[in-house]
Amino acid sequence: MSDYNMSHLDQLEAEAIFILRETAAQFENPGLLFSAGKDSIVMAHLARKAFYPSRLPFPLVHVDTGHNFNETIAFRDAYAEKIGARLHVGLVQDSIDKGSAVEETGANASRNKLQTVTLLETIEEQQYDAVLGGGRRDEEKARAKERFFSHRNDFGEWDPKNQRPELWNLFNGRKQPGENFRVFPLSNFTEMDVWMYMHQEGIELPSLYYAHERETVTRNGVILAVSEFVQPRDGETVETKMIRFRTMGDATITGAIESSADTMEKIIEEVAAARQTERGNRADDKRSETAMEDRKKEGYF
Amino acid sequence: MDLLRFTTAGSVDDGKSTLIGRLLYDSKSIFEDQMEAIKESSRKKGDENVNLALLTDGLKAEREQGITIDVAYRYFATPKRKFIVADTPGHIQYTRNMVTGASTANLAIILIDARKGVIEQTKRHSFIANLLRIQHVVVAVNKMDLVDYSQEVYDNIVADYKAFASRLDNIVDIETIPMSALNGDNIVDKSTNMDWYQGASLLYHLEHVYVGGDENHIQARFPVQWVIRPQSTEFHDFRGFAGRVAGGVFKPGDDVTVLPSGFSTKVKGIHKDETELSEAFAPQSVTITLEDEIDLSRGDMLVKENNPPKQGQDIDAMICWFSATTLSAKKKLIIRHTTKEAKAVVQELTYKVDINTLRKEESAETFSLNEIGRISLRIASPIFYDSYNKNRHTGSFILIDPGNNETVAAGMII
Repeated sequence: MSDYNMSHLDQLEAEAIFILRETAAQFENPGLLFSAGKDSIVMAHLARKAFYPSRLPFPLVHVDTGHNFNETIAFRDAYAEKIGARLHVGLVQDSIDKGSAVEETGANASRNKLQTVTLLETIEEQQYDAVLGGGRRDEEKARAKERFFSHRNDFGEWDPKNQRPELWNLFNGRKQPGENFRVFPLSNFTEMDVWMYMHQEGIELPSLYYAHERETVTRNGVILAVSEFVQPRDGETVETKMIRFRTMGDATITGAIESSADTMEKIIEEVAAARQTERGNRADDKRSETAMEDRKKEGYF
Repeated sequence: MDLLRFTTAGSVDDGKSTLIGRLLYDSKSIFEDQMEAIKESSRKKGDENVNLALLTDGLKAEREQGITIDVAYRYFATPKRKFIVADTPGHIQYTRNMVTGASTANLAIILIDARKGVIEQTKRHSFIANLLRIQHVVVAVNKMDLVDYSQEVYDNIVADYKAFASRLDNIVDIETIPMSALNGDNIVDKSTNMDWYQGASLLYHLEHVYVGGDENHIQARFPVQWVIRPQSTEFHDFRGFAGRVAGGVFKPGDDVTVLPSGFSTKVKGIHKDETELSEAFAPQSVTITLEDEIDLSRGDMLVKENNPPKQGQDIDAMICWFSATTLSAKKKLIIRHTTKEAKAVVQELTYKVDINTLRKEESAETFSLNEIGRISLRIASPIFYDSYNKNRHTGSFILIDPGNNETVAAGMII
């Protein structure tokens, strides 16, 4: 039976497609979280494959902090148009204007935490009963305990100590009115798998992922791109560096790495040799030892 | 590169998390910032050595109590293979968690503390691995450093284990390895402390064990998951049945039968997005088109006539009960089997297994949390199934409590 072998990437793809179809079948109104970051691009790519030649049976949903890189927003809009998907954008600014979210102040203020408020408001307004996300279990230790179908109570909260067991390929998406699910088809992918899969599939990414020259400041050991959201402070000097980004979050918190990897092959080599996790440059995870778990309990992805 | 999914089982303090930490660390799958973070946590807690268990115990409650609460999934890769590890806790809810981890695993590592030898928990873990039909088991005799790397101690444990395991029919391949996870003996490299051991290191074994025969490639089964009807100008007449092959091989031109209607037709094409495939086998996700327009939707199944599954409303199964509320006969539940969901009622609790002695208790009137036993179940509409021992996909199911929507049991059809 040695003919019937699948590579690990083919197995991961088959699993993710199964989960995407299962989400469409078990829920009435799902949405796919799309930030134009590499994991969400892989998600949209897999969703297109899962339902081809139909269009996606759910919209792309972006929670926009307003602090995104311009390249990210341009890519988001072009991508949605290319695959013919509906795009719904929830704005953190709207939550701030309404008074449901309060802008952080102080030296390390970011809108990262406010995303949760806007995400929960968007879910409620649009009545999504399942939100698909590109979270992976290898990203962070709290995510390692996450289910494919992750149940949230009617406040959007996660209860990690009391999760439904998940057996075989049988997913229980039953819920009470008001409750919803977060669904993570890429759970079993690692960062390396994502890059190898993108390479195999010839997936296009925003230019920020590839090495380019940019003005930067180094703050608390993290290289930040100078932009309208990040301005040099007293004592900081602006340096032009050859950099790229390993993850895509807000311009205020996403650290770059110095790199000359300007093709996917070079990035894969770099990832293989990397000695730091990709979230190692994310200031949001460094706030405390269980920062991710705390945010997830409140409703963050 | 292929994929191996394995699960680990051991009782409290057998060093399971340390073993996984060691595999990750020695295979260079731990990043510097993760290592820095756990060094810092270990220092704060006053641990003498870096506590590798902190790599897998991610939740706040786990780190506070120094225990593992829930199944954690870990990933590492060598140039030979990618590995997915389901790290399952040794005590709280251990049956539920081990069954969960085992349900998707090709291989189980069962840890034994060399000082304690084969104990009740070893037997429980082996029983569950066998019940879930994990065909490959590695018995990791750990903490050999604490018995002076004694060959005699090891040989006695292996003899004890093999005597017990001869009763477990589904486990076809048992490998025993003496090791010290703490010191790294026989984990990645062969230990210099145990020259008497001729076998492979754990990682070498995991990289090379053959697990290709775990899927069923004989009996064709395709549970329909979703119907694709684009209703666009370009694909006006396209009607594809999306799903994951659960067994056997499908090819264009094959004669197939549709269950439950019983209609026969031929496979027209097998699609994976724009690509047309010449065949599809388990566990591929594909879209199948048929020659004739017939009624077919989610929950139905495509099969081949010469090799049909069983169908019916009454099944006998082994189940593990996961709920704090006890199970008794006449209980009404929801069954989820392949892509089908239906109401079901428990007709009879046939017997309960005492997983410490493996004895059957035939007079049991209830199953409590984490108990395992045989039941008969009546389902509101027919399902298409195989015995679990023939096919993991069409032989497994879960039971859901309609009152609170919790998953309350895992079932394996006999």
